[in-house]
Amino acid sequence: MARITASVYTSHVPAIGAALDLGKTGEPYWQPVFKGYEFSKQWIRDNPPDVIFLVYNDHANAFSLELIPTFAIGTAADFPIADEGWGPRPVPRVIGHPELAAHIAQSVIQDDFDLTIVNRMDVDHGLSVPLSLMFGQPRAWPCPVIPFAVNVVQYPVPSGRRCYSLGRAIRKAVESFDRNLNVHVWGTGGMSHQLQGQRAGLINKVFDNAFLDRLIADPQALSAMPHIDYVREAGSEGIELVMWLIARAAMSERPPRVVHRFYHVPASNTAVGHLILENT
Amino acid sequence: MALDKPYKDVPGTTIFDAEQSRKGYQLNQFCMSLMKAANRERFKADERAYLDEWPMTEAQKQAVLARDLNRCIALGGNIYFLAKIGATDGRSFQQMAGSMTGLTEDEYRAMMVNGGRPIEGNRYAHEWEKR
Repeated sequence: MARITASVYTSHVPAIGAALDLGKTGEPYWQPVFKGYEFSKQWIRDNPPDVIFLVYNDHANAFSLELIPTFAIGTAADFPIADEGWGPRPVPRVIGHPELAAHIAQSVIQDDFDLTIVNRMDVDHGLSVPLSLMFGQPRAWPCPVIPFAVNVVQYPVPSGRRCYSLGRAIRKAVESFDRNLNVHVWGTGGMSHQLQGQRAGLINKVFDNAFLDRLIADPQALSAMPHIDYVREAGSEGIELVMWLIARAAMSERPPRVVHRFYHVPASNTAVGHLILENT
Repeated sequence: MALDKPYKDVPGTTIFDAEQSRKGYQLNQFCMSLMKAANRERFKADERAYLDEWPMTEAQKQAVLARDLNRCIALGGNIYFLAKIGATDGRSFQQMAGSMTGLTEDEYRAMMVNGGRPIEGNRYAHEWEKR
């Protein structure tokens, strides 16, 4: 049977991708960001997944305003890297896992989550920056990835509670897949940041660190936090953090082992948060 | 009965909800068209003529021409779509975000390096009205 062994959480700031692609990782501005992922790169070499279920959001690249799916699962065999207006990032194409993705879609929809199934989709920095942070710059990504895109661009975005319930349904779906696969679930985006308006540049370290504490220790209670608290306390784009609840709820009910925790301000406009949790 | 929109009292912040999205549909779709290199070239060659191909309001077109991102957002624009204009102009996300705050590019960058805009005093609209 397939099983979820670990979850990884990380911000997916586009400037981090640009810093990597342009060879700026050694610059004083970027050094502390990448230092926070050195442990993670070794950890994932030691604990390689067979498949990554990667929860992220598209940033007006694959989806315009013509179509705005709340939850979209990528069931394709591969996914091209999006040209976000600066040319596509020079990173490998993303290879999917259509069999597991189709199985998860079947199971989760029967559990009352109305997923949109996507067989053709470009993936943007929301998906590729986490892969780069964890795997560096390989010629091919070391394992298949199932992209799971959540609408956090147009309000209302799904609630924390909805995301938490969805994560549980994804766990059930993975555990009923009849192949011996080691699956990681990643939750990406955040932490506090606001990219628009006169309040742009907002950072809230107290909120972010409390979010990390609660995500580890009591995610169900955290999932009750209303949207307005994210917006007010963590900035209009801080709402991306609801996606971390999907990954967290896909973990077992037992307390996880915290193998890595990292927090740094800033990367461009954003607070960088990163966690690795293993199932016990 | 009116819908509850508690985010209306967050200062300096416009939430891109269904109502804003309705107003900004053509503006945002224009931005999206700039993901194609050929469209970027045509836009740069004659911005006004390119904008006139879109059924946007005159106010939206003027806001784009002026690169007034706060105005674009008030008229239904969303930052991830507006970022395509920035990419066309060769500006970074940090330059775009900073341009909306009234700070210079250097001041904004320094604020971020020093930990960002603090949350204290920036939660509620009434905290800004006192200034």
